[in-house]
Amino acid sequence: MITALVLLALPAVGGADDYTLSSHCPPSFEKTATGVCELRDLYQLYDSLQNRGVGGTRTALPPHRDGFTPEQIDLGRYLFFDPILSGDGTISCASCHRPDRGFSDGRPRSIGIHGQDAGRAAPSLWNVAFLKRFFWDARAGSLEAQAPGSLYSPQEMGNNPARLLSSLNGNPVYRRLFRDAFPDQRSGSIGAGQVYTALAAFQASLVSLNSRYDRYVHGYEKALDDREIQGLNVFRSFVARCPECHTPPLFTNEQVAVIGVPEPPGRAFDVGAEKTFGSPKLKGGFKVPTLRNIARTAPYMHSGTFTGLRDAVEFYNKGRGHAVPKGIQLYLHWHITDPKLSDAEVDRIVDFLQTLTDETFTPAIPARVPSGLTPIEHPQRGDFQ
Amino acid sequence: MNKGLVLGLVVVVVAFGAGTYLGRATKSDMVITSSSTGASYGGGFRAEGDAAASAAAATAAGSIKSVAGPATDKVLVVKDGESIQEAVKRAEPGTTIRVMPGTYHETVYVDKDDIRIIGVIEEGRRAVLDGEGKLNDAILYSGNNFVVENLLITKYKGNGIMGQAGNNFEIRNNVVVDTGVYGIFPQLGQNGVVEHNVVSEIADAAIYVGMSDNVHVAYNDVFDSVAGIEIENSRHAIVENNYVHNNTGGLLAFVTPGLPIKTTYDVIFRHNFVVGNNHANFGAPGSTVAGIPAGTGILLMAADDVVVEGNIVSDHKTAGIIITDHGHASNITADPESEPNSDRVSILENVMLKNGYDTITEARALLLAEGKRGNVDILRVGPSPGSCIVNRHQYVTAGLDDFGECGFTNTASISTYLLPPVPPRVIKPEDRGRIAYLGICSGCHVYNGRMIGPPVQVIQALYMENPQGIADYIAKPVKKRDDYPEMPPQDYLDAQTRLAVAEYMLQVKN
Repeated sequence: MITALVLLALPAVGGADDYTLSSHCPPSFEKTATGVCELRDLYQLYDSLQNRGVGGTRTALPPHRDGFTPEQIDLGRYLFFDPILSGDGTISCASCHRPDRGFSDGRPRSIGIHGQDAGRAAPSLWNVAFLKRFFWDARAGSLEAQAPGSLYSPQEMGNNPARLLSSLNGNPVYRRLFRDAFPDQRSGSIGAGQVYTALAAFQASLVSLNSRYDRYVHGYEKALDDREIQGLNVFRSFVARCPECHTPPLFTNEQVAVIGVPEPPGRAFDVGAEKTFGSPKLKGGFKVPTLRNIARTAPYMHSGTFTGLRDAVEFYNKGRGHAVPKGIQLYLHWHITDPKLSDAEVDRIVDFLQTLTDETFTPAIPARVPSGLTPIEHPQRGDFQ
Repeated sequence: MNKGLVLGLVVVVVAFGAGTYLGRATKSDMVITSSSTGASYGGGFRAEGDAAASAAAATAAGSIKSVAGPATDKVLVVKDGESIQEAVKRAEPGTTIRVMPGTYHETVYVDKDDIRIIGVIEEGRRAVLDGEGKLNDAILYSGNNFVVENLLITKYKGNGIMGQAGNNFEIRNNVVVDTGVYGIFPQLGQNGVVEHNVVSEIADAAIYVGMSDNVHVAYNDVFDSVAGIEIENSRHAIVENNYVHNNTGGLLAFVTPGLPIKTTYDVIFRHNFVVGNNHANFGAPGSTVAGIPAGTGILLMAADDVVVEGNIVSDHKTAGIIITDHGHASNITADPESEPNSDRVSILENVMLKNGYDTITEARALLLAEGKRGNVDILRVGPSPGSCIVNRHQYVTAGLDDFGECGFTNTASISTYLLPPVPPRVIKPEDRGRIAYLGICSGCHVYNGRMIGPPVQVIQALYMENPQGIADYIAKPVKKRDDYPEMPPQDYLDAQTRLAVAEYMLQVKN
């Protein structure tokens, strides 16, 4: 949190129309001879089976997105925080993906344009560079394909492509910044593809791989205390089986799993990935989320059923299918069992999950954005907690 | 009675009944093949770069017995009453931990490389790891070059021995009894041996090779479990010379959908005794193996390029061999990225006796549709393109009419798929320094600006010719500047990496 405060305190540079894009890569990225930013992290010291990035402690991460220019990343940062992207200029990406909330928003379900319930929880954006599928129901195959899903959803940012491009092209600062970020496409106006690319570039720079757990992995045994190591061992035991889906080093295996989480009271059952894949066997299935920074992103599950981390862990300990609504047939994942963990074991898992927190590379929130709107807009709605 | 894996056969029966029934082989078509002559299997390695090349070299050189590399002379001894884990904590890579006979109640986890845990057996008395029905797993390892031998492991709730991504493992001469879900479970590793273990009373697979490559499972005695030996989402595996008896199902090769590694191919099941696997299924509700019909000798589901050779498969009430696909397994998830069929199965000469005497209704229906009498040895449901069988006339088969003759009769040219120890990724010191600098230091230090810590330029001026000074400082920083927060120690980086990162930092130019 010290990190975030210090970064927030960075002074704004220049006057109102004097925006310049950084020519430096963000932390953990190296600027190559061709001028693009490539990720460097300690997991690059290791390999993984079939190059899939799933394994144990010293296992390489899955293939990732990088290779954007510093200017594209920095432009994406301005766009990410700028409410000009929404239909009525009231919310930005950062309204639901707040840096101070683990790039989630602390709500059971996000609130979209006009105060609407967006239907599902905002997933954390940490380490999205390593993901292949986006949205809880896995319906987008890239960050660029995900962006229009949120920008143009009437429940989320409520914009449409024509209005988005019209507002950006109507802004001389953005026109100049897009030219700087996409010098090969200097002629013509800002295109939607450039917007998606810049947003993808920024999000792919959100890397969290320096937690205390990571220090343990790289060989420093004292990085975790006895209770946390006990927690790690319960976590990976075949009684709890957590890493069978939340597989290190990313703490997700990127699959869709049907685990039978109940909706919060009063909400209709969400079929999830059944719709994406047209497969009844995936009814109620959702993408396995990463557990990195999980302690920062309460409440939990796709619609915020569980307020605390312990509640979320305890769900798995209450027995296979205990909360499946009557009359709905689910093909529950085979690792959803009845582990009968003791209260102490559940507590230790929660202890361990706290060691996955690392926000060292939290990017600076722009003090101001080219539209002149307020960078993060989330007033008068009350926080969940 | 037996439900689960083999369901939905009504549709299949209609298909077979309408088409292939009339065209099935007659006596005059009989092809008699001798396994002692004829071509040998060429091996299933495809173009997989270095691994394939070195495996081919290894095969040419003969059998590999050790994959973990030679032991050093560093030894720690653990006596009855002491803790194995305490020894693991003290052990440097390369250490052999000798565990004396006695009883140990603990979970032993190994997150470092080159550790050997070797039980000492004195006049039949072993080192016993006893979970007392309370502990989860006996041995958890994630380090490379891990060896565990000669233990007796019992009364755990999760696993006897579980690996998560360690390469070059050797699991040998252990007795594993009633350890919960799996007995021996290497997962996500490459290049390992599981041999001479005695494993029993396991609620899922006694020996379960999951999402791994280049694994050799041999000379194990596996019984009284739901599944005997399971090869799942793995490649280049040989399962040979095992005695697999009184389980619900004997040998299994699966693709389980919904896992991050999607394939099983190049598996050889040869020269095993697969006998009397008729145990009532006591798999946990929802587990994949809970769908195995009791009395199944060998079960292939969606696995490709599986060779079944020279096994004695006897006394299985459902069938000696079942070949099926995801479409007929009602209890598994859907996964568009998993190819659902068992492609290119090769059934070479096997001794099949007394199988299929109390089979499932669906198998009887299929036999009836094909106009066959007798008890089914080999049952195929679901597509299995490119498959073949040698000496089909010896067996009662159902659903095998489109299997061709095999182009080879034996696997004698392949002694092993094991590799020389798979080396860790080779990282040059300057790369190590660069990765650590960018992956860690750059969060707080930039070249010529103020971030959390002082600019790199300032550090360079202070330590110009003294990288060791930086390496020492970052291991144990002291507060030097009032206007900057104190630096957190970077002592989790080893000395070599600390020096490399210091040297890198001193030559950063922007």
